[in-house]
Amino acid sequence: MSRITVSEERCKGCLLCTLVCPVTIIRQSERINQHGYKVAEVPADDMAKCTGCASCATICPDVAIEVWRGKKAKKAA
Amino acid sequence: MADKKERLFVKGNEAIAMGALAAGCKCFFGYPITPQNDIPEFMSKAMVEAGGEFVQAESEVAAANMLLGAGACGIRAMTSSSSPGMSLKQEAISYMAGSEVPAVIVNMNRGGPGLGDIGPSQGDYFQSTRGGGHGDYRLLVLAPSSAQEAYDMTFDAFDLAFASRNPVLILGDAIIGQMKEPITPREPKKVDPNEGADWRLIGAPVKGKGKRAHRVIKSLFLMDGELAGQNMKLQAKYDAWKKMVDFETFQVKDAELVVVAFGSIGRIAKNAVRSLRAKGKKVGLFRPKTLYPFPEKQLEKLAKEGKRFLTIEHNLGQMVEDVRLSVRKYGDSDLFCVYPGNMPSPDDFEAPILKALGRK
Amino acid sequence: MTKAKTAPKAAPKAAAKTAVKAAKAAPAVKSVDASGDELVFTRPEAMVDRATHYCPGCHHGIAHRLVAELLDEMELTDKTIAASSIGCSVFLYNYIKADTVESPHGRAPAVATGIKRARPDKFVFTYQGDGDLASIGMAEIMHAANRGERITVVFVNNTVYGMTGGQMAPTTLIGQRTTTCPGGRCKDREGAPIRMAEIIAQLGGVAFCARGSLDSVKNIRQAKKYMRKAFEAQTTGQGFGFIELLAGCPTNWRMTPVAANKRITDEMIPYFPLGVYKDLEADGTCGSMIAPGAAGGEAGGK
Ligand SMILES: Cc1ncc(C[n+]2csc(CCOP(=O)(O)OP(=O)(O)O)c2C)c(N)n1
Ligand code: SF4
Ligand code: SF4
Ligand code: SF4
Ligand SMILES: [Mg+2]
Repeated sequence: MSRITVSEERCKGCLLCTLVCPVTIIRQSERINQHGYKVAEVPADDMAKCTGCASCATICPDVAIEVWRGKKAKKAA
Repeated sequence: MADKKERLFVKGNEAIAMGALAAGCKCFFGYPITPQNDIPEFMSKAMVEAGGEFVQAESEVAAANMLLGAGACGIRAMTSSSSPGMSLKQEAISYMAGSEVPAVIVNMNRGGPGLGDIGPSQGDYFQSTRGGGHGDYRLLVLAPSSAQEAYDMTFDAFDLAFASRNPVLILGDAIIGQMKEPITPREPKKVDPNEGADWRLIGAPVKGKGKRAHRVIKSLFLMDGELAGQNMKLQAKYDAWKKMVDFETFQVKDAELVVVAFGSIGRIAKNAVRSLRAKGKKVGLFRPKTLYPFPEKQLEKLAKEGKRFLTIEHNLGQMVEDVRLSVRKYGDSDLFCVYPGNMPSPDDFEAPILKALGRK
Repeated sequence: MTKAKTAPKAAPKAAAKTAVKAAKAAPAVKSVDASGDELVFTRPEAMVDRATHYCPGCHHGIAHRLVAELLDEMELTDKTIAASSIGCSVFLYNYIKADTVESPHGRAPAVATGIKRARPDKFVFTYQGDGDLASIGMAEIMHAANRGERITVVFVNNTVYGMTGGQMAPTTLIGQRTTTCPGGRCKDREGAPIRMAEIIAQLGGVAFCARGSLDSVKNIRQAKKYMRKAFEAQTTGQGFGFIELLAGCPTNWRMTPVAANKRITDEMIPYFPLGVYKDLEADGTCGSMIAPGAAGGEAGGK
C-alpha cells in the first residue's frame, strides 16, 4: 500500500505539502513539535488513498516526508 | 648535482617567479600592475610548461580568492601584486589566515597612498606585518634585499606556508623587482604528493575504503566559545613563529649606533655604513629579513649592550615602531624617512647616521 | 526516479559496472518492505540527516536536496569540492556531505576557479544567493563563466538579501517592498531587476544555462533536469554550467510559505521566464571550446 511518513521532528509546518497532494489527504495536525511547529499529517483513515506520487516529498523543503509505493501502484513519478 | 653551479642574470621579479617554480608552485593567479608585471608575464609561460595553471584574473580580488581555492586543495599556489592590488586582496587573505590555508603572496611595494606612483616604497609595512585585512591574524613576512634573496625566500616560502598552514608574504619593492643581478638557482623541490593530506580538500570518500567525513575549510565560528578557541589557536601559532626570526647584522659588534633598515633600504644603508666605517665611525647595520616575526629579542639584546639605534625606512615611519617596542627597556630609536616618491641613495643616509651617532 | 543517464559514455562493460555501483550507491531508493512496498522517496545519501536552520517554507532546503540527489545519482560526492557563499546558505556544508571551502561574499566563482585549476579531476560547484552572485560577486561570476571554467554554479534567486534581513537585492522586483526600499523598488532610482540567466547565456565559456523554479512539483522536477544538465556541462568537459532557481523567502517577503509560492508563480516567473537559455550540446556546438589550461601555452605577443 502506498503511504507516506512525516518526520515530526523535521516538519516545520509550512503546509506546502498540503497543497500538492492530488488526493488532498495531508493536513495540519494539532500536534506541536519541539521546535514549536504544528506538524503535517495524513489521518490514518485516509492513508489508503495515497498514490505514492511523491509530490508532497518533492515540495517539502525539509525532507520531512518519506514515500512508500505499493506494489500494484506502479509508476507515477 | 655536483658543484656545477649555474648562474643566471635576472631581475628580482624574475627571481621570485623562478624561486616559486623551483619550489613546486603549480598555480599562479595574477593581475597586471606595475612594478610586478614581470612575475605574471614569466608565469604565464612557465606555469604551463611546468604542467601547472596560470590565470590572469579579472581583478586582484578574484586572484586572491582563486588562491584561497587552490590552497584549500593543498596545491602550492601563488599570487603577486603591488600596493593598490594588495589592498584589494585583503579580504581573501583574512579568510585564508582565518581558515588556515597555505599560500604565497608577493607584494612589490610601490608609492602610496592612493594611486601614488610606480616607484619603490616601504609604505605597506604596517599592512604587511599587522595582518592587513579585518580581524586578528598575522602573515609570515619575508623581506628580500637582493635578487638572490628574493629567489631563496620565495623558494622557502612555500615550505613555510605549508608547515604553518598560513599565507606567507614576500614584501619587496620596485628596486628589488627591477634590479638585474646574478643568482644561483637551487635544485628544484620534489613536492610530496601527500602534502597537506590530513586537511586538504580532494573530495570526501563517503563510503568504502578511506571513508571519512567531509571536510570544511572555513572561518565562520558561531558556536559558543568556538571563535575564541580559533583565535587562541592562531595566536599560539604566531607565538611559535618567534623562533624563525631571521636577520643580517653588519659591523654591529663594536658599533655605538646600529642602523635598522629592511629590504632595498637595508641594502643601501649597508653601503652607507660601510663608507662611514672606512671613515672610522662606529656604526653598524641590523637588517630584519623576517618582518613578522620581528627580531625583537635580538634588538633588545643590542640595546642592553648600550647601543643606540637609527631606523631608516622608505615611508613615514612604520618599522620604527617595532624597533622602539623592541628596545624600549634600554633605549629608543631615531628615525630617518625617505618619503615615498623620492629615491633613496647611500649619500643621503650618511648625514642622518652621523647626526644620530653624535647625539648622546 | 531519474537514473540511467548518469553513466558516462564509455565501453559497455564499464557502463554496466557503473550501473551496478549506482544501485549500491542509493540503497534507500531500492528499499522494499515486508509487504513489497518500495521506498521511492527519502533523504539523499549526500545530505546530512539533521534539521536545517532555514525558516519554514524556505526553498534553500529544496535546492540543497536537488544538489544532493544529483551528487548521489551521478556518483559525484567523493570527488566533489564545493565553494559555499555568504548568505542564508552559508552553512551549506552542514547539510551537504561534500568537502567545502567557505568563500568570501560573492567570490565563490573565483574560489571555485582556483579549486578546479588546482584539481581539474574534481567536480566543483558553487552555491550562491542573488545578493552574493548578482551584486557583490558580479565580476567573479561573469568572468568565471566567460573563461568557461569547468564548474557548475547553483544560483538561488529569492529577490532579497535573506541573511541580513531582507534588504533590496539586484533582483528585487519593481514595486517590491524591502527594508531598504520601503516604498517599493523604483526603476528610476534603483534600476530594473537583473536577469542573470539571460546575461550568463551570452558569455562565451558557458555550455549550459537555464532558469528553473522551486514553486511547484512540476517546476521542481524540471529544475532538477536543468541542474543535471548544468552538472553534466562540467562532467563531460563542455564548459561552464549555470542553473538559476527562483526561490521563496517567506520570512523577508513577510508572507506565509503558501503565499510565497504563489508569489513566485504569479510575479516572479512572468519577469524571470523559465527555460533553457543556452545548451551547447543541443546546439551541436560543443567541442569547439578550448579547455582552460590547454590554451594557456600561448602566452601571446608582448
Ligand atoms: C563583504 C561582505 N559584505 C556584506 C556582508 C553581509 N552579508 C551577509 S549575507 C549577505 C546577503 C546575502 O544575500 P543573498 O546572497 O541574496 O543570499 P540569501 O541570504 O538571500 O540566500 C550580506 C550582504 C558580508 N558577509 N561580507
Ligand atoms: S505521495 Fe502523493 S498521494 Fe501520497 S500523500 Fe504524498 S502527495 Fe498525497
Ligand atoms: S512540506 Fe514538509 S515541512 Fe512543510 S508541512 Fe509538509 S511535511 Fe512539514
Ligand atoms: S530568511 Fe529567507 S532565505 Fe533565509 S532562511 Fe529564512 S526564508 Fe530562507
Ligand atoms: Mg537572496
